[in-house]
Amino acid sequence: MGLALLAVIWLITLVSTYFFVAKTWWLPVGASAAAAGIDHHFTVSFILMGTVFVAAQLALGYLVWKFRSNGPSSKVEYSHGNSTLELVWTVLTAVLFVGMNLMSSSIWASERFRQAEADAVHVEVTGMQFAWYFRYPGPDGKFGVTKPELEDASAGGEGALGLDPKDPASKDDVVSGVMVVPVNREVEVILRAHDVIHSFFVPQMRFKQDAVPGLAIHMHFTPIQTGEFEIACAELCGLGHYKMHGILKVVSQDEFDKWLAAREAEKQ
Amino acid sequence: MVGGTGGGETITMSTHESAVQAHAHAAPQGFIRKWVFSLDHKVIGLQYYFLALAAVFVGMFLSLLMRIHLIWPTAALPFFGEIKPETYLSLLTMHGTIMVFFVLTTAPQGGFGNYFLPIQIGAPDMAFPVLNMLSFWTTFLGFLVLLAAFVVTGGPPLHGWTGYAPLSALQSAGPGEGLGADLWITSIAIFCIGALMGALNFITTTLDMRAKGMTMMRMPLTVWAWFITAILGLLAFGVLLSAGILLLMDRNLGTSFFVPLVTVNGQLTGHKGGSPLLWQHLFWFFGHPEVYIAILPAMGLCSQLLSVFSRKPIFGYKAMVYAMLSIGFLGFMVWGHHMFMSGMSPYTAFAFSIMTMGIGVPSAIKTFNWLGTLWGGRIRFHSPMLFAIGFVSLFVTGGISGPFLAQPVLDIYLHETYFVIAHFHLIMGVASIFGIFAATYYWFPKMFGKMMNETLAKLHFWFTFIGAYAIFMPMHYYGMSAGLRRYSQSTEVAYILKLLPLQRFITAAAFVTIAGQFIFLFNLFWSMAKGKKATDNPWEATTLEWITATPPPHDNFGGQTPVVHNGPYEYSVPGAPKDFVMQSDPEIEPAH
Repeated sequence: MGLALLAVIWLITLVSTYFFVAKTWWLPVGASAAAAGIDHHFTVSFILMGTVFVAAQLALGYLVWKFRSNGPSSKVEYSHGNSTLELVWTVLTAVLFVGMNLMSSSIWASERFRQAEADAVHVEVTGMQFAWYFRYPGPDGKFGVTKPELEDASAGGEGALGLDPKDPASKDDVVSGVMVVPVNREVEVILRAHDVIHSFFVPQMRFKQDAVPGLAIHMHFTPIQTGEFEIACAELCGLGHYKMHGILKVVSQDEFDKWLAAREAEKQ
Repeated sequence: MVGGTGGGETITMSTHESAVQAHAHAAPQGFIRKWVFSLDHKVIGLQYYFLALAAVFVGMFLSLLMRIHLIWPTAALPFFGEIKPETYLSLLTMHGTIMVFFVLTTAPQGGFGNYFLPIQIGAPDMAFPVLNMLSFWTTFLGFLVLLAAFVVTGGPPLHGWTGYAPLSALQSAGPGEGLGADLWITSIAIFCIGALMGALNFITTTLDMRAKGMTMMRMPLTVWAWFITAILGLLAFGVLLSAGILLLMDRNLGTSFFVPLVTVNGQLTGHKGGSPLLWQHLFWFFGHPEVYIAILPAMGLCSQLLSVFSRKPIFGYKAMVYAMLSIGFLGFMVWGHHMFMSGMSPYTAFAFSIMTMGIGVPSAIKTFNWLGTLWGGRIRFHSPMLFAIGFVSLFVTGGISGPFLAQPVLDIYLHETYFVIAHFHLIMGVASIFGIFAATYYWFPKMFGKMMNETLAKLHFWFTFIGAYAIFMPMHYYGMSAGLRRYSQSTEVAYILKLLPLQRFITAAAFVTIAGQFIFLFNLFWSMAKGKKATDNPWEATTLEWITATPPPHDNFGGQTPVVHNGPYEYSVPGAPKDFVMQSDPEIEPAH
């Protein structure tokens, strides 16, 4: 029985670890400025915690086999423990865990403790059951007023957001069902939700943030690769949660300007 | 007459014991008083246990339906027909709620804690037997109210076991958010009341009812675990109860605690000014300690079993006690790690993160001490021990993913993915369930006077141990590939659709593992009827439940009160006649 336990525990450990090392299923390639730092910390954490995992499981398997009752060692060591050892592993684990935390905190701080840069592209992202709408402030740089009583979900676009046509700032606002942003420029998203909590998640950007009704949450990320990326809702929002997705299109600054200008022109 | 292999020393009444005896009550006559509205902590313990057993099979059945739906979205299923997206969400809500409250909180604490805490401290019953009966029947009522959600119009709620507002607060937010959601909240509120009564009883009993010589530092680690769990319950369930009442008011009385000005489908709801984050704060202030409420009893028990079946004293008894105390204490300061992506201030995330990583330290101490207990022992591989060893393995595996989620910068990516599902199912779900299985195999002889079938038990262990890994290990990979939880179908997002083969494997593994649980169910009932007769101390263990008759008499020790002279884990003491010294045996020479 000791041998069977050893074999099974070791086998489970090795198979589990293999798929992490081989990266058979893994994060998609990062496409934002923050991705490299985050991925690096993922790697560091996997190496550290992976070592602990493998060491602990191998030790467990070995010990149950080595000290089986029908094994070679016949005498039990009568001991209530060892305070020095306790102290050693308490300090070691404290250093390990707090150290990991401190290493990652600087990345967190650089992502989330500062506001977006002054030249960032502003996009208001609004989640509602079960769609995303993206609004650009237009040439005046100001978002027009939206009013809940003006909302008409079936109208889509501006109607769904409840944009107030009487507000001068709303005249040049562009509302889109696709999020288009220029590459290599910081994007400031202003996250809102109409009904329940939604969450804006783009795996390649290593970016996720809840959109909470009643709050306007300002966050930022910088795409460094062009292409189309899927936006998925990452907070349970109702029966259509699984299909509440959208597209993030990262294009060159030129293409972005043209796209925005074309949308402006459509409005006039 | 106090029987038992240990031949424990007993005395008749002294001053302290008379205080204790005042709590005792005459053995009841008649079926109703004896088995239904019983005041006997042992009967109440069994009632909790069988409630949890019924609940776990319901919860497991729901998970099976979910697993089938995930890989065959259009297949019609028993009881539910074709599963619509909202039905899937109802299933996951009910699965989570049933498992967390009515299994993981009910069996380890209400079941085994009730049965064995008084016996292990040498008491004739709980401090408040009537309160104890009330707490069980309150819990039972809570379960019925929860099940009622299945049969009302709209069905059970779809807001998940965490019930985030405003989804859970608005009747118009989806099917199931009508009467079903009200029943769900009411059920949880009722459960909280039962849990609070239970917690008071456990704390008072532990502090007040210990036999002579049973100092705090001679208490078995199981007792320490139940005691600390009760303190957590006392502090946590009150908060959830209040939050639940506020949510009910938001839903039915027009208040706006958790709901700001929102529109559903363009229609104003009449609410304004509330905070969705307030619900999350209150919920997780309960929700995180709840994780420890589920796992601490298993930690205590498995510590005990590793010592019993290694025939060795526990490695670092005091360190184990302090580790459990620090886990309980820190457990109240980390709730924000569930909310890194919620819109909470990023500065607080830093504080919550470092506290959470801090919890890793006592958890690691426990793991080291478990390995230290095995080291140099002579391990007997009886079924309780197999599950205890399995527990250690699963605790390590489930624990190791914690530091990923505890670091906000990694949680940006991992939050709401299957990585989270893998993490909490392993550590809070499967590891705790291994504790419940270990406890069942270990204490069954004492509770029913029969031995369980060892061959079936071992078969059950292999099915469950390998099965649990086969189900939950792939969920880490699924989450690493950004596979999101609470998605009823994977067809809509291209990168999630690619992960379907993993889902198929997990469903297959779930089928096999669940099938294996019927071995357990059969063994349990078959052994009650046909099992080999158990002796009073079949495992040659030292704690007080093994000095009394099997099953124990109504007042636990047959009119006498044990006196304790030794610590709980005196195995292989040099010079002792046997390889174990009962807690009630004459005091051994202090040795180290």
